[in-house]
Amino acid sequence: MGEPVIEFHLDARSGVSPYLQLVQQVRHALRLGLLHEGDQLPTVKEVVAQLAINPNTVLKAYRELEHEGLVAARPGVGTFVTATLTDTSLAAHGPLRLELQRWLAKARRAGLDDESIEALFMTTFRTTAQEDIA
Amino acid sequence: MTAVLQAQGLGKRYGKRWALRECTIDIPAGHVVGLVGHNGAGKTTLLKLASGQLEPTAGDITVLGGRPGDRPAQLARVGFVAQDTPAYAGLTVAEHLRLGARLNPRWDAAMARERIARLGLDPTQRAGKLSGGQRAQLALTLGLAKRPELLILDEPVASLDPLARREFLQGLMEATAEHEFSVVLSSHLVSDLERICDYLIVLSDSRVQVAGNVDRLLATHHRLTGPRRDPDRLPAGQHVVSGRHTDRQSTYVVRTDAPIHDPAWTVTRLSLEDLVLAYMDKPTAADRRALLEVQR
Repeated sequence: MGEPVIEFHLDARSGVSPYLQLVQQVRHALRLGLLHEGDQLPTVKEVVAQLAINPNTVLKAYRELEHEGLVAARPGVGTFVTATLTDTSLAAHGPLRLELQRWLAKARRAGLDDESIEALFMTTFRTTAQEDIA
Repeated sequence: MTAVLQAQGLGKRYGKRWALRECTIDIPAGHVVGLVGHNGAGKTTLLKLASGQLEPTAGDITVLGGRPGDRPAQLARVGFVAQDTPAYAGLTVAEHLRLGARLNPRWDAAMARERIARLGLDPTQRAGKLSGGQRAQLALTLGLAKRPELLILDEPVASLDPLARREFLQGLMEATAEHEFSVVLSSHLVSDLERICDYLIVLSDSRVQVAGNVDRLLATHHRLTGPRRDPDRLPAGQHVVSGRHTDRQSTYVVRTDAPIHDPAWTVTRLSLEDLVLAYMDKPTAADRRALLEVQR
């Protein structure tokens, strides 16, 4: 086994729980094409030793990724990437970005400053997310 | 699974002062438990009761299903790393390991040697000449090589610099990933606990204020901000942990199992640190009485 393909980091100030940060970093690496099918994720022991975090946090993150069908655990060997996120969503990025740029321009014309835009986006994002759950 | 630590009405009194009182907890095995509170809140007392170094004044405590410090077999199952990670200044690192081997029936000599080598500690060095971080690592090595089912650590990283603190916690977490054992450690540095603990106990005013699974605690506590409102006008299921008010605005930290739908509130998640502070900040029964007396 060689060097791990990716290395995790934790942002204590982000307000995002550590396990979710790990999940997001794997998804992000998949989207950017840093992780490919067949790649091995760092072992639980490696992550724990590197970040000084609870092993259960790593296990929970890997279980979540497994549940999403992105990775599979091979008992006694490790956790391996089984899917990719690049193909499906990458194509949609361009048009979405364009729409977002138009919306941002509109918000500025309406007199919103950066902070108001961010606040509006985050509250809408959260309420929509909550409605989706409910 | 056997509970790692169970206490029922546990209390310890020194003269007239209760260092710990009415402590009732039930901690399942397999967790890294953080014990947090002010200095003098009762953390060390609880840890010493759990390791059998103190006898309770009131109530009962069982650790891994047995009485703390009862028999040699029980002592072998529980490791204890005391505050400021003491070592025998006149003994060398190697002599500490030999002492560990003599005193502990389940001593893992290979693990101890391997850890010392990996840390780059010189076995012939006297402990008195080690840096704070190295001495802490030596104490941790002794605690781990004992191969306990429960390792108790009292403020192990309080006096260490940030790098040594991180290295100590890396070593501890790596060991829990490799050998399954439970950990109870006290600290007043919530930022460290946030990374490594999955179970939390907040002690304040000699009492347990809250205890539980970290995920569960974070999911059931919320900060509510909105127009001023008295606590008795909150729904019955919302237990107020702390409340602050201005003329117009109220800010509450509440614990509730139900979702909060009241549109008057802006609801935000709490970080573990906010949650701990809310409980440590909670007015004690004595404060409340004093307040009432002033108001009268």
